[in-house]
Amino acid sequence: MSRTPGNRGSRADSRVVTGSELTPQRREETAAVLARDVRVRRGTAEALRGVSFSIAAGRITGLLGPSGGGKSTLMRAIAGVQAKVTGELRVLGVAGGGAAVRRQLGYRPQAPSVYEDLTVAENLRYFAAIRAARIDGLLERVGLGGQTHQLARDLSGGQRARVSLAAALVGRPRLLLLDEPTVGLDPLLRRELWQLFAELAGEGATLLVSSHVLDEARHCHDLLLLREGQLVAQLTPSELIARTGTHDMDEAFVRLIEQR
Amino acid sequence: MRRSAARTLATCLRVLTQLRHDPRTVVLMILVPCMLETLLRLIYAHHRASFDQAGAPLLAIFPLTTVFVVTSIALLRERIGGTLERLLTTPLGRLELLGGYALAFGLVATAQATIASALTLGPLGLHVRGSDVVLVVLAVSVALLGMGLGLLASAFARSEFQVVQFLPATILPQLLLCGLLVARQRMPAGLHALSDVLPLSYAVDGMHHLTLQPGAGGAVWGDVVIVLAFAAGALVLGAGTLRRRTP
Repeated sequence: MSRTPGNRGSRADSRVVTGSELTPQRREETAAVLARDVRVRRGTAEALRGVSFSIAAGRITGLLGPSGGGKSTLMRAIAGVQAKVTGELRVLGVAGGGAAVRRQLGYRPQAPSVYEDLTVAENLRYFAAIRAARIDGLLERVGLGGQTHQLARDLSGGQRARVSLAAALVGRPRLLLLDEPTVGLDPLLRRELWQLFAELAGEGATLLVSSHVLDEARHCHDLLLLREGQLVAQLTPSELIARTGTHDMDEAFVRLIEQR
Repeated sequence: MRRSAARTLATCLRVLTQLRHDPRTVVLMILVPCMLETLLRLIYAHHRASFDQAGAPLLAIFPLTTVFVVTSIALLRERIGGTLERLLTTPLGRLELLGGYALAFGLVATAQATIASALTLGPLGLHVRGSDVVLVVLAVSVALLGMGLGLLASAFARSEFQVVQFLPATILPQLLLCGLLVARQRMPAGLHALSDVLPLSYAVDGMHHLTLQPGAGGAVWGDVVIVLAFAAGALVLGAGTLRRRTP
């Protein structure tokens, strides 16, 4: 089900492993997101301590790592709602966000950010209206066809999480930033959502999907491993396995940190 | 331009739909002013002149308090619930968002002011020499002021408990100083000067003018303009608080 590409990368420099046959210059030109030494100050501490990476267009990139590692901060920085971001951050070829980027961006925050006092359909209709888009078939795609006329506050946590996901998918954005979209869902549903993400990537969307469940790396084409505000590695799942010699993703993560 | 109008309208419809799912709030917003005006009439059963003096200014105070409460809590929910952050990643502009809220609450305030004034001017027999239409226009202007102040309050509160405290903190002092209890000219100089920079003073002045002067005098329109200017100032300041932030 996951379309993990083969190990085709050369191990580049020592600290951050990048895996792709593309030349660095080519990667940067085609990247959906390009970050160079991105830092975010939060109070006196740094939530992101200088991360550099590129996210390839049309692929699923998993943003993995333990809670508190800076995943949501990075998502917010890319979405353009994080303050005190320094360094270079180009999103869909544009630095500094703006209306042109917002039209092509679907962001699903970690908390299910929907209107509790509206029905599922009313929520989606609003997000569709401000994007001048249609919602046809979207609720069925996230498995909420039967809940159309229920108030969001009456849904289960998992259902609300999917309303929130659907709201990010409205209008077929080119870049999808999904912050922990599969957390707390039952395994069957999780599998269906990863299938949906693969379909969306197949349709040309770029997905950045965060999770603290390292095992979800299997479903991604590329991985960004983030810990304590720093990038541990950027590589493909098969490169991670080859490099650490284990299929256990938790164990692989530990070995990767120990190798540094 | 057309897209922008469509997004503003969509936001207005969304806010109205939220209200529609909460009929109890709507009923309270409409009924409470009617109840209080009736109570005022009963208190002043033997002092018709006093009822005539206080009845109209009170019509300006209702939309200020109701719209303040509804706006501050609605926007606090948008901030806490994450929907504001999400909206800031969409093509919806901050002014479009506020425009949508202003349209929706403006409609509610118009309904509230129309019904309350109809009752007060009709069955309760309030004598107002000025124009009824201008009275409703002034009430709606005050509602927009309530929206601007509510928006600002929501930026300085972290919880519903806090935001509700901003009502007595910002509205009650204005109520004491607006000339309803003591004419502003008869206040100590310092307080008179203070009342000059508070918007509710002009709303109540306007209602006094409407009570005493026939037609739609220039003085009333002056007060309407001043109230709207305060509302616009509060909305612009408030729009500045709807930005990216460090959580």
